[in-house]
Amino acid sequence: MVNPNLDPRGYQPGGVPSRERRFRVTTWARANLFNSWLNAVLTLATLWLIWTVCWPLLKFLLIDAVWDGASRVDCLADRVGRDVGACWPFIGAKLPQLLYGFYPINEQWRVNLTAALGLGLLVPLLMPSLPYKTANAILFFGVYPVVGFVLLVGGMLGLEHVETRLWGGLLVTLVIAVTGIVGSLPLGILLALGRRSEMPAVRGVSIIFIEFWRGVPLITVLFFATYMLPLFLPAGWAINPLLRVMIGVMLFAAAYMAEVVRGGLQAIPRAQYEAAQALGLGYWRMMGLVILPQALKLVIPGIVNNFIGLFKDTTLVLIVAIFDLLGQLRAAFSDPNWAAPTTVATGFAFAGIIYFCFCFGMSRYALWMERRLNPADR
Amino acid sequence: MKRVTLVVALAAMSTFVAGSVTAQTLKTVRDRGALTCGVSQGLPGFSTPDDRGNWTGFDVDFCRAIAAAIFNDPAKVKFSPLSAKDRFTALQTSEIDVLSRNSTWTMLRDTQLGLNFAAVNYYDGQGFMVRKSLKVNSALELNGASICTQTGTTTELNVADYFRANKMKYEVIAFSTADETLKAYDAARCDAFTTDVSQLYAMRLKLAKPDEQMILPEIISKEPLGPVVRQGDDQWFDVVKWTFFAMINAEELGVTSKTVDEALKSTKPDVRRLAGTEGNFGEQIGLTKDWAMRIIRHVGNYGESFERNIGSGSKLNIDRGLNKLWSKGGIQYAPPIR
Amino acid sequence: MTEPGKAAPAAPGRAMPLADPRFRSIFFQTVLIVTVLAAGYVAVINADANLRAQRIATGLGFLDHPAGFGINQTLIAYSEADSYGRVFVVGLLNTLLVSVIGIVLATIVGFVVGIARLSSNWLIARAAGAYVEVMRNLPLLFQILFWYLAVLGTLPSPRQSLSIADSIFISNRGIIVPSFAFGDGAEIVLAALMLGIGATAALGMLSRHRRRATGRPLTLWWAAVLLLVGLPLAVLAATDFPIGIERPVLRGFNFVGGVRMLPEFAALLIALVTYTGAFIAEIVRAGILSVHRSQTEAAYALGLTRGLALRLIVVPQALRLIVPPLTSQYLNLTKNSSLAVAIGYPDLFAVFAGTTLNQTGQAIEIIAITMAIYLLLSLTTSALMNWYNARMRLAER
Repeated sequence: MVNPNLDPRGYQPGGVPSRERRFRVTTWARANLFNSWLNAVLTLATLWLIWTVCWPLLKFLLIDAVWDGASRVDCLADRVGRDVGACWPFIGAKLPQLLYGFYPINEQWRVNLTAALGLGLLVPLLMPSLPYKTANAILFFGVYPVVGFVLLVGGMLGLEHVETRLWGGLLVTLVIAVTGIVGSLPLGILLALGRRSEMPAVRGVSIIFIEFWRGVPLITVLFFATYMLPLFLPAGWAINPLLRVMIGVMLFAAAYMAEVVRGGLQAIPRAQYEAAQALGLGYWRMMGLVILPQALKLVIPGIVNNFIGLFKDTTLVLIVAIFDLLGQLRAAFSDPNWAAPTTVATGFAFAGIIYFCFCFGMSRYALWMERRLNPADR
Repeated sequence: MKRVTLVVALAAMSTFVAGSVTAQTLKTVRDRGALTCGVSQGLPGFSTPDDRGNWTGFDVDFCRAIAAAIFNDPAKVKFSPLSAKDRFTALQTSEIDVLSRNSTWTMLRDTQLGLNFAAVNYYDGQGFMVRKSLKVNSALELNGASICTQTGTTTELNVADYFRANKMKYEVIAFSTADETLKAYDAARCDAFTTDVSQLYAMRLKLAKPDEQMILPEIISKEPLGPVVRQGDDQWFDVVKWTFFAMINAEELGVTSKTVDEALKSTKPDVRRLAGTEGNFGEQIGLTKDWAMRIIRHVGNYGESFERNIGSGSKLNIDRGLNKLWSKGGIQYAPPIR
Repeated sequence: MTEPGKAAPAAPGRAMPLADPRFRSIFFQTVLIVTVLAAGYVAVINADANLRAQRIATGLGFLDHPAGFGINQTLIAYSEADSYGRVFVVGLLNTLLVSVIGIVLATIVGFVVGIARLSSNWLIARAAGAYVEVMRNLPLLFQILFWYLAVLGTLPSPRQSLSIADSIFISNRGIIVPSFAFGDGAEIVLAALMLGIGATAALGMLSRHRRRATGRPLTLWWAAVLLLVGLPLAVLAATDFPIGIERPVLRGFNFVGGVRMLPEFAALLIALVTYTGAFIAEIVRAGILSVHRSQTEAAYALGLTRGLALRLIVVPQALRLIVPPLTSQYLNLTKNSSLAVAIGYPDLFAVFAGTTLNQTGQAIEIIAITMAIYLLLSLTTSALMNWYNARMRLAER
């Protein structure tokens, strides 16, 4: 079953289809798809499986889809007079809620600006070939959160205050994910250092913290933040519900981040530590100047994978009544104006594409970085 | 685990000493410049946001009435949509000042959750909604049925009691929000949907085909619904309670939002006390003399609010029934202002 | 966390106490411990004040109070009159049920897909790769809701249910299959079945022993068939068929009889299995790839077929690498089963941290107990894992 010599990349058909090339394709098919009876059967079965999954999907998403309409009746099969696939006008009508929640329409430019700024800082940060990494990182991790906070919340600099209870949709998903990563990375590094510390109390506290958060499901953490945290605060202190959830997600993510960073720290040879100490560097300068830059670079793929997990986990906030993309989608399903047989599937298709694009993009990036960092593997 | 031990130690401390916390809710609200009011996440007739986020409904009106009494401006309310699960916690943790979210007054909630029910602004009871195609005419024919209900509510407990008392079998499917529950009923995951009758009327409007549903005649419980506040702040408790009583008294005295100016000129002692032209009842609870007139001018009396949102003037068209005034055959009754 | 770093770069040479590393270490540790304890103390004081102010009942006494609500899937007898303590047990068992079945199925899916990804068949390898990418890049909760709302929610009602041979029914109330009905003397048949299984297992061990000793195993498929099928059937006939099959029948609103898999359970299970299966596939793939190519070549050279080489040479070696991450996936699956609360499957989290919390309002106790249970599961698994790792290392060297 395992073909050790297989390297699929070598067989990419393309270029000019000459006769020789076509001949090669058939030999390739014979060698790789129909080289035995069992394989031929398996190939055909897989082809059938792909057909049964992809064709209805294509039919639903594009061929039978309804593109224009004002309400549910435009997506009913007996009104349209044919099979009805995806009901895209439903997404069109709900798009503002799915992206911004109830963020005031006149203020939505602020969300867009925040997103554009974030993208403008993040993309150069992720491209290893671009210079000024330190400045870029300080801007993204230090300045951007403040700017983003001012832009989104407002209430100063002439910007109208927008309460977080009006936020929703993809905005909330991204806000939780980005604050989660920005907050959990420094905290995770501290915890990782703490776990490898020689001071027993520091190590103990770090281990307990890490193992506690890693041992419980995120949903219990969210319940903890929502229902229990307020009880531990002085009377009259009310924390914003969104902030509570963000704190919960951040602490949870920090524990996982700590383990990723610890992996990086362990991979740095002892000699590096000793060399740094021989230079007379203190603990923090040794870590900050010598060890961490190397360790963090090693674990970039792990950090990105962690972030994918965090991004996916943001969906859980809908269980504590915060309306992220999935939560808004679910709320949109209960609109009787759009209650047609295919609206639910349409909504899932839309959200699925968004989630997939984000996660798949990030996972490709992690893979690319991994290859870059370990060229010997290839 | 440190945290766990800590929590267990806490749990072990069984203390039931009455708290004498003087939480100055009224002052907090004034300083903030707005009332924070917990409402449902969208229940037509009771509290729903429109596409631009403006809230309307019977429960919303009550929030606006309190804001009107304090600020003379019914718009100074921030609405906090809450699920049935979150509502009491939100109140306990001071996230909201008052909960106006069709919540049933029960002894446990009143005595053990640190809450106070200020009044009963809607006498309700639990019922069942079924599809007409099922051809069921009584709740007693529901033996073996699947019932959708919302978790964390009294309805979940009532339905269990009802089926147990009548020796019928049932399957309960509990969801955490009303919308999820309705969605499951709509997808025919269950045969019947149970909640307070007022909500059944409201939820029916959220279905694609409201005409194909029917509400069964049986009322299986008492559900006195009303606004809730935290325990330990008597002044605030009074403000909320008397906001409601002012609305009832206004209806009883025939004062409506259209006749406010006449009421201010009235010579009848009852009306004068309500209008604040005699006595200083409003100031006694930390409000102004004309507090009741502010409520009536901006929101209207109890009857007006009822008819406009859930009664004959609305899509829900619920009969007032028990919620008529005591003088008209119902049980809505308010202590006099004197 | 405290920030001991602020004072760290102490100037060397100066006679400050902080310059002495030993003193500094003790100082920071004391600061840290005092901070943690102070935070804990403040939290306790606040919680105490808040609970008093809000008159929230405390203590674990509520566990004995009657719950009063129904649960639609219970593995042990449960009625509304039972206590919250029993609700806890019912929920825990439901969590374990979906986790155990999920773990078994996810392992199968994971191994099949993981091996398929390495298949020499280009199409199969690519299809398996696509499966892994799609599953891993969509949030689990999204998938659970998808299966529940978009797939299972569109199934017909019980009266129009899809039926297979009039005994298996699929509707929006779930999948109902026939069940066994036990009459008098059923225990004898069950005992015979157990005996058959035991005897077959013993024979298998004997065969392995023989193979080790002589290199030739016993041929025992006929004995196994006789013991596993023949013996119970014979006893069944001898005792006048005390075990019958009970077919589900549509009566009133729902099916009566048979065993039913709730749609909530099905949606949760499918999503957990397909999602975790994708992660396990990647683990399996990495494990197999880690076994050096020369091992496979050597196995082929010995004349082993592909299947045998995989089973006897590659997988046992790969397992050492596969098992630790595999366990953490099992743990993830168990923890992820708490997402059941989103679709109303009565697992531990839904009935205890959800409904019971709402009915009693005792957030601290209930969330602490729930967290403790998951934590206990995690720590137990980690302990077992460490033990396993230690044992494997011993076996290796």
